[in-house]
Amino acid sequence: MAELHLKDVAKAYGEVKVLSNINLDIDQGELIVFVGPSGCGKSTLLRMIAGLERITGGTLEIDGRVVNDVPPAQRGIAMVFQSYALYPHMTVRDNMCFALKIAKMSQDEISKRVENAARILQLTPYLDRLPKALSGGQRQRVAIGRSIVRDPKVYLFDEPLSNLDAALRVATRIEIAQLKESMPDSTMIYVTHDQVEAMTLASRIVVLAGGGISQVGTPLELYEKPQNTFVAQFIGSPAMNLLKGEIIGTGEETRIRVPSGAEITAKVPSAANLMGASVEVGVRPEDLVVVTDGTQGFLPFETEISERLGDVTVLYSSAEPGGKQLIAKLPGIVHVERGSKLSLTAAPEKVHVFHNGISLLYL
Amino acid sequence: MNPALQGVITIIVGVGGCIGYFFLSNLVLDKFVFPPVGKHAGRNINRANLVRPWLFLLPAVIALGLYLAYPVVATFWLSLTDRDAGGAFVGAANYVQMMNEPKFWEAIRNNMLWLIVVPAAATAFGLIAAQLTDRIAWGNIAKSLIFMPMAISFVGASVIWKLIYDTRPADQDQIGVLNAIWVGLGGDPQTWLTIPFWNNFFLMVVLIWIQTGFAMVILSAALRGIPEETVEAAIVDGAGPFQIFFKIKVPQIMGTIVVVWTTITLVVLKIFDIVLAMTNGQWGTQVLANYMYDKLFRSFDWGVGSASAMVIMLLVMPILIWNVRTVRKEMR
Repeated sequence: MAELHLKDVAKAYGEVKVLSNINLDIDQGELIVFVGPSGCGKSTLLRMIAGLERITGGTLEIDGRVVNDVPPAQRGIAMVFQSYALYPHMTVRDNMCFALKIAKMSQDEISKRVENAARILQLTPYLDRLPKALSGGQRQRVAIGRSIVRDPKVYLFDEPLSNLDAALRVATRIEIAQLKESMPDSTMIYVTHDQVEAMTLASRIVVLAGGGISQVGTPLELYEKPQNTFVAQFIGSPAMNLLKGEIIGTGEETRIRVPSGAEITAKVPSAANLMGASVEVGVRPEDLVVVTDGTQGFLPFETEISERLGDVTVLYSSAEPGGKQLIAKLPGIVHVERGSKLSLTAAPEKVHVFHNGISLLYL
Repeated sequence: MNPALQGVITIIVGVGGCIGYFFLSNLVLDKFVFPPVGKHAGRNINRANLVRPWLFLLPAVIALGLYLAYPVVATFWLSLTDRDAGGAFVGAANYVQMMNEPKFWEAIRNNMLWLIVVPAAATAFGLIAAQLTDRIAWGNIAKSLIFMPMAISFVGASVIWKLIYDTRPADQDQIGVLNAIWVGLGGDPQTWLTIPFWNNFFLMVVLIWIQTGFAMVILSAALRGIPEETVEAAIVDGAGPFQIFFKIKVPQIMGTIVVVWTTITLVVLKIFDIVLAMTNGQWGTQVLANYMYDKLFRSFDWGVGSASAMVIMLLVMPILIWNVRTVRKEMR
C-alpha cells in the first residue's frame, strides 16, 4: 500500500542520457501504465523503480522513504518479467515460496499464502508441476502468483503479455484487470508497447518518448486531449491524421485553411497573436464523416485501398504530393471503388490543432 | 628426413586424403552411380541421399572396427589363455590369479580414491573459477591461464609437478616449491611422493590441475546460458549472492555439471601416464591401467594383463553409457 514519488529521476549510461527529468506522482491503488515506442526507456524506468538499474539522478520515493540506494528486496516491490523468469528447476509451489523462504517466513504462513494465491489464479491443480509442463498462460499466472504471495507495496509488470498469442493476451489482460479489481489498494505499474493494453488497463497512462514524459493522464484524456502530436499519433489506431494548415480566424473557435483551399473550424480557443500561424490539424480516422448533403467537405479524399472489416471500413487515400497518406474509418460496411473521390469532414469538437507540435489547448 | 617435416607431410597426406576421399566418392556417387538426370532423376536423388551417409561414415567405421572393436574381442580372448602354455585356453585362471595379488587390490582401492576425489575436486574448482571469472575485467586472462594446463600432456604435467615435489638433502637449497615452503615454515624436507597413502593425493593434484580448465570452460558456457531474468527475479525475491549461486544457478546447470563430472570420471578410470611418470605405482600408488601395463609389457604376462584390461573396460562401460545418454538428453 504505497505512494510513489519520482523527482527529476534520470538515467545515464556514461555520457549517454537515456532518461531525464522524470517527475511523476503515483497514488495508492493506481494502475499506471508506461507506454511508448521501443527504446523510449519505459522498461529502464521500471527497472529503476525495481532497483535492478541504478538511478543516476533525482530521487525515487516509495511510501515516504527515498529508496535510491535500497536493494530491490527491501523496496517492497514485486516484479513480473516479460519472459516470466520462472525458476525452471522448481515446482510451481517452490517458485511461489522462494521469496518467502528467503525471508524466513513460518511454514504455516507460507503455505497459507501460496494456497491463497493459487486459488485466486486457478493454479491449485498445477502446484506440483514444473514450469516446463505448463502452458504460456499458466506460466504467466505463476509469475503473477510469485508476486502476490509477497504482498508487495507495488507490483511491477514488464510487458507481461508480449510472449502470449493474441487470444490468450486478451484473456490474460482481462484477468489482470480483474486481479486489480480484487486488490483495490495495491499500486501497480505496468509497462507495455501495446496501446490497447494501456487504454484498457490503466487508471493513468504515462506516455514516454525520447527519454522523457510526453504526457500523463487518464486514457480518455490522452485520447481526447493529446498534448502534442506524438501522443496524438501514438494513442488511437489507426493513427490520427495530421494536415498542414494556417490559422485564418482566432477566438473561442479557431478557423483554419488547409492547403487544398478548404476551411475547417475547430472548437479550440486560440489567442489573437496566432493569426496567420502555420499549424497542424489533427483528425482521428474514426471522426471523419462523409459529406452527403452536397456541401463541400474540408478534406478531399481519393480512395486508394479500402479494408472492409465488417464493423468498420478503413479507407486509405492516395498520398497527395508532399502530403501524407490519410486514413478514414467509417462505421459499418461502405462500398467505395478504388480511385473514387469522397468529400470528408469532421465535427468542430473533434478537430485538434497543434502549433509547433503542441496542442493549442495546452499552449 | 627431419621428423618435423615428416609430421607436416603426414598431416597433409592425411587431411588431404580425407578431403580427397569425401570429394571423389561423392563425385562418383552423383555423376556415375545415381546421376540426377534422365528418366529416374528423382528416384536417383533419393537413393544417392540414402547411400551418402554410409559412404562418408565408411572410413570411420572401418578404422573403429579395426582399432577398437577387434582389440576388445582379441583382448577378451587373450585374458582366457596362458602364454606359458603356448596360448592354451585356461578359463578364468588369469582372473583368479589376479584376484589373489595384493597389488591388484591396491590398484582397485587407489582407482576408487581417484574416482571420488578428482572429478569432485575438478568440477568444484571449475565451477568456482567459471563463476568468479565471469564478471571481472581480466576474467578472460584468468580463464586462459586456468585452461592452459589442458594443452600440456599428462607426462609433461607430471614432470612439472615432480619438480614441485622435488626433494634435496636438508643441507642443500630446496628446488621443489613445496619443500621450499615447507622448510621455510620450519619443517624438515619431505620426500612427498613416498609418503604412503597421502602420495596418492599428491598425484591426484596433477590431474585436478589439468581438468579444472576443462570443467571451467564447459561450465562457464552453461552459466552464461542461464536466463538473466531468472537471476534478476531472484534478486527481487531477496536472494543473496550465495543463494543465487547455489539455489538458482547451480540447479539450472545441473545437467552440464553431471556431464562434466562423468567425462572427468572416464579420464580418471583410464589414468595411467601420471602414475607411470611420477611413481610408477611404487609406494602404494598403483592404479589399474599401470598395473595392466606392468603385467603386459614388463612381465609379458598377456593373460593377467588382458584380464586387468577387461576389468578397466567393465568399470568404464556403465559410466560411458550413462554419459552418452545424458549428453543426448541435453541436446534434445
